[in-house]
This record gives sequence, structure tokens and C-alpha cells, in this order.
Amino acid sequence: MQPIPHAENQVKTKEPALGVTQFIRSLAAIIWKDLAAELRSRELLSAMLVFALLVILIFNFSLELDAQARSTVTAGVLWVTFAFAGTLGLNRSMAMEKDRGCLDGLLLAPVDRSAIYFGKAIGNLIFMLIVEAIVLPVYSVLYSVNLFKPGLLLVILLGSIGYVAVGTLLSSMAVQTRTRDVLLPILLFPLIIPVLIAAVKGSTGFLQGAQVVDIRPWINLLMVYDVIFVAVAFMVFDYIVEE
Amino acid sequence: MESKPRLLAILDIVTILLFITAVGMVFFYAPLEAVMGQVQRVFYFHVANAWVGMLGFLVAAIAGVAFLRKSDRKWDIVGMAAVEISFVFFFIAIVSGSIWARGSWGTWWTWDPRLTTAAIVELVYAAYLMLRQGIEDPDRRARFGAVYAILSFISVPLTFISIRIFRTIHPVIIGSGAAGAEGSFEMTPKMLQTFMFSLLTFSFIFADLLWHRIRLGKLADKTENLRLKVLQ
Repeated sequence: MQPIPHAENQVKTKEPALGVTQFIRSLAAIIWKDLAAELRSRELLSAMLVFALLVILIFNFSLELDAQARSTVTAGVLWVTFAFAGTLGLNRSMAMEKDRGCLDGLLLAPVDRSAIYFGKAIGNLIFMLIVEAIVLPVYSVLYSVNLFKPGLLLVILLGSIGYVAVGTLLSSMAVQTRTRDVLLPILLFPLIIPVLIAAVKGSTGFLQGAQVVDIRPWINLLMVYDVIFVAVAFMVFDYIVEE
Repeated sequence: MESKPRLLAILDIVTILLFITAVGMVFFYAPLEAVMGQVQRVFYFHVANAWVGMLGFLVAAIAGVAFLRKSDRKWDIVGMAAVEISFVFFFIAIVSGSIWARGSWGTWWTWDPRLTTAAIVELVYAAYLMLRQGIEDPDRRARFGAVYAILSFISVPLTFISIRIFRTIHPVIIGSGAAGAEGSFEMTPKMLQTFMFSLLTFSFIFADLLWHRIRLGKLADKTENLRLKVLQ
């Protein structure tokens, strides 16, 4: 028989020694929450996937993707597809938090704000990578291009990290505005142009079998962008969710 | 209502005089450029406009950092003012640059790193203004504006660098390879003086407009507060 808990006993004192474990645990909890919600509804991933495939289909008609064009535009088509499908996912993932009052719950929870940011960002990254993992083989089959090169996959990973780092921050801004769905791409695209340029050029380089020396600047640029924007987003996220 | 400060009135007059002088210098003092002819005269105000456009960007980012640190409404008004002014000036810079390009390169537009970056900066300004329009709560509007100004201030140089690398690896893209070299010229001392004077003039115009816009922003804040009071 347990004693009736008193209010003061329920207030946990802060234990600084547990900071890192606590951070990782809350991070994992937030990621898990997103994944579990998605596993049950599947609305985000299915929308992103169908949308991505539709974009590829539209490109097929608008660009005449014959064998010769393919070698030069494949990377561009892929990245435009990822970028568009990405905004869909980012919008949805944040709108869900906002509409169901989940964001307020998260903010009330005694976790570090940056854990919320990283949790959402990693969740978004996982969704994006899943979409990419499905789009790439489909694209390979449809256009008989071999897309499974380690270098290309690295570029896609780095590019997605940069995209999601900025995207998560801006989408949490966009959901709090009146024009939310319209606003995200307008805010996001001008800022992620460096990522898109570097990712497209890097991918094209790997697809065309260019020298590593030529691709190197793009990979460096992607890494610099990722580091800078993850750091900046981490610093300013507090101001975005502050109420 | 507080009346217009004396110093601002003086600054107004000085700015107007400087501007008239600058126009006069561009047309009558600066010599005619041998190769490009009259169209080269666009150059003085074009660069000055672009300078003001970038200056506003810097001011907005600094005001953004200051706002997030101090959360003083003043800094939000400064940031907003800087972006609004620079949006217009940068647009003028792009249009005048286009006119110059038509005269010296024979095309209105090329996808040169500077031109492309300029277009993106203009879009970032537009996005900033649209972001602010979509938010009603003044405090949140200020915070988001500050964050976006900081983010874009970091992203735009990276854009410039990435386009630069892009062009050096592929020098010939739709004939813009030598665009940087084409239309360059040696400045004579008189040209240099006119150029420097234009930069100075436009810096004054920027400061003057910024001051006016900050006053306007403060007044707008006041009316907003009064309106809320009446509604309550």
C-alpha cells in the first residue's frame, strides 16, 4: 500500500548530473512520439510519397527525360522532388503539433527546449530519409539509372540534414502565422538555396563519375551549411516557441 | 505627439542638397565613358543603391540580434525599417543594373553570381515582409522577424559562395562566363570622386529614411496601443 503522494513530493528536483541522459531520453521520447503517431495514421509519409512520385511524373512530361537528358538533370529532378515533398512533410508535422495542442503540451513538459527542436528535426529527417529511400529505387527502375552510389547517398544525407535543420525551425515559425501553409516554402526556399546548389552539383558529380577533387567543394559546403544552421537553429529555437 | 526633432529636419535638408549635387555630378562632372557611353552613368547610383540595399541587410541582422538579447521593441522597429527601405533600394539597384547590363553586355539579365544573389536577397526581403504580415501578435512578430533576419543574413553569403564555386567549375553557362570582365572600366579621378560622392549621398539618404521610418514605426506602435485600449 503506497502512501498518498503529496504535491511537494511530486515535484522533482533538478539533477544537473543527469542532464545529458535526461536530454537524450526526452529527445528519444519526442522522436518516438512522432514515429508512433505516424505508424498509426500514416498520413504524412503517404502524402509525401505520393506527392514525390507525382512530381517525378510531371518532370517526365515537362522535361522529356530521355537517356541523354537524364545524365545531366537526374540530380536536379531528384532534389526538386525532395524539396517539394519535404515542405509538405514539414508543414504537416508542425501543423499536427499545433492543431491538437500538442506543442503546448511539449512546451509545458519539463524538458529542454532544444530537445524539442532536435526531436522534431530528427523526426522530420527520418521521414525525409524514408521518402528518399523509396523514391530513389523507384526512380532507378523507371529511368534505369543506377542511383546506389555511396557518394551520392552521402550527399543526399548531408543535404537532407541541412534542409531539415532550417526547415524544422521555419515550419515552427510558419505554423504560428495566419498564412501558414503558403508561407513555409516562401520562407524556406530562399534560405536553402546553398544546400540545393551544393546537393545538386554534388549529386551530379557522383552520377557522372566526376573526380573526387571536383566534388569536394560541394561536400565541404554542405557540411559547413549543416554545422552552421544546426547551431543557429539550436540557439534561436527558444525564441520561436516562447509564449 | 512629439514634434520632428531639429536634427532630423537638418538631416533632411542636407540629404536633399547632397542628392541634388550627386545628380549634378553624375551628369555634368563625371566624364563620358569612352566605350559604353551615357549608359555608364547609371553605374554611380546603381552601386550606391546596392550598397544601401546591403547596408539595410546588415542593420536588420544586427537589430535582430539586439532584439533577441534585449527584447526591446525599439530594435524591432529598427529592423523592420531597415528591411523596408533596403527592399526598395535593392529593387532600384536591380533595375538600374539591368539597364546597365542591357547597354554594356547586350542583355537585361545574366545568371552571374552577383545578379543571382541580388535576386535572392530581394526574395528574402519579400519573405521577411510577408512573414511579418502574417502575424498579429506584435511580440511574436518581432521575435520571428529577428530570427528570420539573422538566418537570412547567414544564408545569403553562403549562397553567393556556392554560386561562385558553381561558376568557376563551369565557366561557360549561357554565355555569362566573361560577364564579370565585360563592361568593366578604369575609373578616372573625376569618376571616382563622383562614385564616392554617390555612396556618401545614398548613405545619408539611408540614414535619413531610416530615422523617418523609425519615427513612423514608433507612432504606429502608439496608435496600435491606443486602438487596443479603446477596444478593451
